[in-house]
Amino acid sequence: MTAAAMVEGVTKAFGDHQVLRDVDLRVDAGEFVALLGASGSGKTTLLRLLLGLEAPDTGRALVPPVRTTVFQEPRLVASKRVWRNVVIGLPRATATRPVALEALSVVGLAKHADAWPGTLSGGEAQRVALARALVRRPDLLLLDEPFAALDALTRLKMQGLVADLVGRYRPGVLLVTHDVEEAVLLADRVAVLKDGRIAVDQPVDLPRPRRVGGPEFDGLRDRFLADLGVVVAD
Amino acid sequence: MTETTTATAGLVEPRVDQVRPRSRRRSLALRVLVPLALFGLWWLLTGTGIVAPNVLASPSATASAFWNLVTHDDLLGDIGVSVLRLLVGVAIGSALGLLLGTTSGLFALGEELLDSSLQMLRTIPFPAVIFFFIVWFGIGETAKVALIALATLFPMYLQASNGVRNVDRRVVEAARTFGLRGGRLVGGVIVPLASPAILNGLRFSFGVGILALVIAETDNANQGIGALLYQAYSLQQVANLMVCIILYALIGILIDLIVRLLERQLMPWRRQVAVR
Repeated sequence: MTAAAMVEGVTKAFGDHQVLRDVDLRVDAGEFVALLGASGSGKTTLLRLLLGLEAPDTGRALVPPVRTTVFQEPRLVASKRVWRNVVIGLPRATATRPVALEALSVVGLAKHADAWPGTLSGGEAQRVALARALVRRPDLLLLDEPFAALDALTRLKMQGLVADLVGRYRPGVLLVTHDVEEAVLLADRVAVLKDGRIAVDQPVDLPRPRRVGGPEFDGLRDRFLADLGVVVAD
Repeated sequence: MTETTTATAGLVEPRVDQVRPRSRRRSLALRVLVPLALFGLWWLLTGTGIVAPNVLASPSATASAFWNLVTHDDLLGDIGVSVLRLLVGVAIGSALGLLLGTTSGLFALGEELLDSSLQMLRTIPFPAVIFFFIVWFGIGETAKVALIALATLFPMYLQASNGVRNVDRRVVEAARTFGLRGGRLVGGVIVPLASPAILNGLRFSFGVGILALVIAETDNANQGIGALLYQAYSLQQVANLMVCIILYALIGILIDLIVRLLERQLMPWRRQVAVR
């Protein structure tokens, strides 16, 4: 089995604050891994290491050459129309309108191709960001709490869309989140980051398509919540 | 071993584009590097005789000319007069520009009343107006200060109106719902949030102001750096010309320091914010 991302013995400190301590993590090709952690657990730092935005103090983070990201906010370039945002940074030959339109139709936004990013709703802008990430056909898709800023209804739709698209294109995915239900709903495997270490690494063997609820789902959810230090009332 | 190598085949370590923070000393050294190099070049060209002394005075000739002017011609008085003219002119002009720009940025009525007129007046080259000012105000201080004020009004107006217009509406809305109105809203929220643009306006104003200072003083003045500049030109005193030009550069540095100090004082929340 080849890997889509590999983190080997990574430590990282900011000043006196030890954020990551000897972290190992592997995402197989085509595998969907969710990384759970409370605020300040180091999950965003781990993602930034994989993005090359930070360098590890020791160890190494390995990623495939083609990798893309969806951030918590859309981060679209306000001065470029939607379709140009989708193909931003692609080689000139492939940065064409048809390529962008195809990616936009996958996320259901083909008719907004000529809109300005500022005129989109939060959910629409985030779908554009998803199209921008998928149009490159990445081997690794990094998702940094991409649903956190969305309203509850839009979030459900977005989660369904991501599950559908990831099932279709099969990139390796690392989803960083603090939403336990989201992790159980989407991931093949859940890792819990606690005090800078991977405390739990657990496969999620629920049949797809999944939905929130049911005894098995609830059992896993409560278990991960307990790992994160949240006690659920019976 | 073989298992891991096949597993990680095709994976790479991401290239980290991180800017390491430089130490203060190294940063300072980098800042003075280019000025020092230019000074060295000046020394080299004039000292070795590649450039004749009646074309460009050497550093030592310039220094002795400076000393001569200080001891025999009241150069320090000239500098004081010029700096005062500049500061008063810029203060008046940029205060007016700030007032008009804020008005035009805040109110649709203000924008309709002011903007097109000011944009039109802005295109008049201000040196053309000095003769009017001399007719109206005579050749005293008033005409000079008025010219500087006029020249500095427009850059401040443009920056202030734009800055005020670009203040985050959502923050203003929130401040309104908490009961901030009128002067407290403008003075406490809108103008501070527009201050990056306003201080940029101040930089532009000083830049144009020093230009206006040169024009006002070389046209008709018996005191000030500009008067000295004109005299040095008439008498072909190359070293004195050099002194004047260096003085203008030093005033430029002084202005930059003033604006930086204002930035630190007025915008503590913007420290260390930069696109890297």
